[in-house]
Amino acid sequence: MIEFMQHLINGLSLGSIYALIALGYTMVFGILQLINFAHGDVYMLGAFTGMYTIRVFHLNDHPSFSSLMITLLAAMIGCATVGYAIERLAYRRLRKSPRINVLITAVGVSLFLEFSGQLIFGSDPKFFPQIYTPQLNFSAGELRLNPLQVIVFAISLILMGVLQFIIFRTRLGRAMRAVSFNHDLASLMGIPTDRVISYTFMLGSAMAGAAGVLVGIIYPKIDPLMGTLPGLKAFVAAVLGGVGNVTGAVIGALTLGLAEEFLVGYWTPTYRDALAFAILILILLFKPTGLFGVRRSEKV
Amino acid sequence: MNTVGLNPLHKQSQGVGLFIYKHCVTFLIATTCAISTLTGCTKKDSASLSSSEASSAQAPQAATEVIKIGEVGSMTGSEATFGNSTHQGIALAIQEINASGGVKGKKLELISIDDQGKPEEAATAVTKLISQDQVTAILGEVSSSRSLAMAPIAQNFKVPMISPSSTNPKVTEQGDYIFRVCFIDPFQGTVMAKFAQEQLKAKKVAILRDVRNDYSIGLASFFAETFKKGGGEIVIEQSYSAGDIDFKSQLTAIRSKNPEAIFVPGYYTEVGLIARQAKELGIQVPLLGGDGWDSPKLKEIGGDAMNQSYFSNHYSTEDQSPVVQNFISKFKETYHSTPDSLAAMGYDAARVIADAMKRTTGTTSKDLRDAIAATQNFEGVTGKITIDTLRNAVKSAVVLKVENGAYKYQTTIHP
Amino acid sequence: MYAETTDIQDQSVIQKTQKKSGIQTLGPWAVVLSLIWIAHFLSPALDPYYFSILIYAGINIVLAVSLNLVNGFTGQFSMGHAGFMSIGGYTAAFLTTTLQIHSPALLQDPILGRLIFFGALWMGGLVASLAGYLVGLPSLRLKGDYLAIVTLGFGEIIRVILLNIDAVGGARGMPNIPLLTDFGLVYSLVLLVTFVIWRLIRSAHGRAFLSVREDEIAAEAMGVNPTRAKVRAFVIGAFFAGVAGGLFAHNLRYLNPQTFDFNRSFEIIIMVVLGGMGSITGSIVAALFLTIIREALRPLQQITGLDLRMVIYSLMLITLMLTRPNGLFGTRELPDFLPKKLRSRLTGTSYTEEVKV
Repeated sequence: MIEFMQHLINGLSLGSIYALIALGYTMVFGILQLINFAHGDVYMLGAFTGMYTIRVFHLNDHPSFSSLMITLLAAMIGCATVGYAIERLAYRRLRKSPRINVLITAVGVSLFLEFSGQLIFGSDPKFFPQIYTPQLNFSAGELRLNPLQVIVFAISLILMGVLQFIIFRTRLGRAMRAVSFNHDLASLMGIPTDRVISYTFMLGSAMAGAAGVLVGIIYPKIDPLMGTLPGLKAFVAAVLGGVGNVTGAVIGALTLGLAEEFLVGYWTPTYRDALAFAILILILLFKPTGLFGVRRSEKV
Repeated sequence: MNTVGLNPLHKQSQGVGLFIYKHCVTFLIATTCAISTLTGCTKKDSASLSSSEASSAQAPQAATEVIKIGEVGSMTGSEATFGNSTHQGIALAIQEINASGGVKGKKLELISIDDQGKPEEAATAVTKLISQDQVTAILGEVSSSRSLAMAPIAQNFKVPMISPSSTNPKVTEQGDYIFRVCFIDPFQGTVMAKFAQEQLKAKKVAILRDVRNDYSIGLASFFAETFKKGGGEIVIEQSYSAGDIDFKSQLTAIRSKNPEAIFVPGYYTEVGLIARQAKELGIQVPLLGGDGWDSPKLKEIGGDAMNQSYFSNHYSTEDQSPVVQNFISKFKETYHSTPDSLAAMGYDAARVIADAMKRTTGTTSKDLRDAIAATQNFEGVTGKITIDTLRNAVKSAVVLKVENGAYKYQTTIHP
Repeated sequence: MYAETTDIQDQSVIQKTQKKSGIQTLGPWAVVLSLIWIAHFLSPALDPYYFSILIYAGINIVLAVSLNLVNGFTGQFSMGHAGFMSIGGYTAAFLTTTLQIHSPALLQDPILGRLIFFGALWMGGLVASLAGYLVGLPSLRLKGDYLAIVTLGFGEIIRVILLNIDAVGGARGMPNIPLLTDFGLVYSLVLLVTFVIWRLIRSAHGRAFLSVREDEIAAEAMGVNPTRAKVRAFVIGAFFAGVAGGLFAHNLRYLNPQTFDFNRSFEIIIMVVLGGMGSITGSIVAALFLTIIREALRPLQQITGLDLRMVIYSLMLITLMLTRPNGLFGTRELPDFLPKKLRSRLTGTSYTEEVKV
């Protein structure tokens, strides 16, 4: 029983990280019908931005909640900039191009970020400094809970709540939803589509950047290729929940995290990564719109 | 209308010929392909031609000013510290040898190629070194999978190759021109098993190995074999993949079996995180490992969680013998950091080659190979190196304890 | 009278067109073949380093052309091609190494040894195409982006499976593969692949592929079963990738699942994209170019100590998509660049009709 509870906790913790990344994927897909392959690498850049911020400002000398907040902010701003740059330089020109071109560009951007990351940061893993060591104890006997895990989970939920608020309670959010329904009609209604799309990218990338820092805190080893697999898994989570649906992305991610944890705990860790792809295929074959998605008809 | 009437006639009379024409192309291509490939001229033939060129080139090369030594290492890639450390050790050795007059009056020149951690790159690199740069000997590689890709080529061209730290037994089985100056995995696995049983008095041990890394799998199986022979019990075996960051699942399963120690024969990249997460889960027992732990990053990533762990290694910085201390001080002077065992192995490998070159009487590569094979009790930083009949080095291993960011010498285990 | 004249005129026109399709298509192939044969016997004199580059170039050409069939001609973006290469390589290597252990004499025999090698390569291709079938059937029902990710995933899954099969070495890899690849074999395969795919595209199957690329719904309306066409293309592409993998294995003589990761798939993709998706000539040229550039840039890497190659590749991909998405050749082939008369004499098409594929 204890083992089961431990796995449950681990799975939720894992899933909350995937959720933050999946949010960016789902928003961008909802608006542009584009899978931004580079999103996972933005997450990686968030972790590295965080690490360098800490190094520059020596934040690890005084571990505290405020250092964490500062790092998070720095990473989010940095990644928002990167997201904006990617959209502006690589994707904007290809809005009218065939889908396959955009797909290839996305792959290109992703690989470019990875390889230049390897070049600039070095391809061996780096240590993410400890900037927050809470002296809380959430453990109950054999059931061990890393207090950082709880903090990360809490921060993820807060960020998701903020996103929900932005999308459903603000004008920007309304504009985003409008653009995702119909691009051209939205611009006819006076919505500056280009700007809205940029904001979407920036928001999504900021989420990914935050995820990067949070991961760096719990698992203090970061390297330039750390974003590939989590990015793909977050994509699967977004599809599982229904692309374009924010709540769906979160639920999908938590489900994926739990599934992974139970697979590894009770069977074998060998096919841990393969599980995500298996789920993707199954979902796309049997319920392509995902758990919460809306059926969109394809016009001929 | 007339054309319509004419067509069938033409088609009929020219039909068969057309058929033959059209399919002639296919048949002709097939037969010519078959002929050209059945009378195949393989790379082996070209190799034997160039190897005779190479060995005759040995003589004129010996008459030139420089002796070229090739090095293949992973200076980039996820195990970059391994390649870089080895390179530093080799470069230091070459520098020293040249400073003291070189070999038989000639200077040594080191040509290094980075293989980015990929076996096919290593193969291309060694081909380039042998055919283009005409090196006399090859130093490389650290990882057994890359050495396995390089060895057949070096053997083919009859260029002696010494691996500084590849521990998989299969490497030297590739041919009689392939050597190594380190011990092999069967020995290393036994070392930690003996240490666990004799020093830690452990009877129940768990194993957590990396399934993507053959070094890890090999060490784990040799450890298990020896441990069981000594009366111990392996309570559980779990695995992970290189690149994973979350090991809580496996560690939870291990925790439930209450082992007295956990054997984690992986690379430093994952071991640090494993130690942290083990502490988080409340696991207090010591972790045991192999030489794959040796890197400054281990202490960084593992932090305090690494304390009270042990691993087997090739040498200890606390060894007071003059050879070792000399090496450490020179290394610190040149590179401003303490050398790890990979640097020491690289240093020794380069010096073994130079020593063999000094000892050889002839000028062909076969003579060099024989001289290397005859190395006896060579005073290396990592111990006395004797090359046995299987072209492996017979040496002792040291067991180090991680304590507060330093590696403290525990004991030496002899073969 | 009138009938007679037309008779003669028509006869000559018909004769011309019919003769052209026979000899004229044979001509260029014969030339290329004899060139290969000559190069084949010159190869011992070649420096082993350049020799190995040429062999890799040949293998890459086969990979690029086979991927072009799926990505370019059928429009399905597959990112897992390295997986099929690995399956083919492992199968072929497994067969030859087992044979080497049990009866090495068979392999040494000049004629029988070669035939066995062909057999092993063929088996490798077959198993790879079987894998292509199994992968393609569920995946090819998906559209664009999803297909890309699923094929990427399958590539990874195949790699993990190979890592766990101890019989082929697993993580240790498979050493001691006999050296059976040679220049003639590689380039005969290049010729074979080019010929097969060239003719395939200009056949009914090929038209089905192209129609699926252009507009799947319209193709379905015209009676083409898009899923079946896609799977067909996939399987054929996987077959050739498997054979190329076999050649690769018997050249490197050591197989390790790590070699066939996504980076390998990406390298093949960039060859296809650079050359032009839908142009066989483009794939050949791009594969040659990129293989050679890879080695040519090595001094740069040694000087700077950095690996700039992959960064350059990915930048190249992005710039290509932004500025010239059709790649170097677009959908054009080599004959399209020749003056009209020469083109018609070579390919047998009369120069009054422009056959644009």
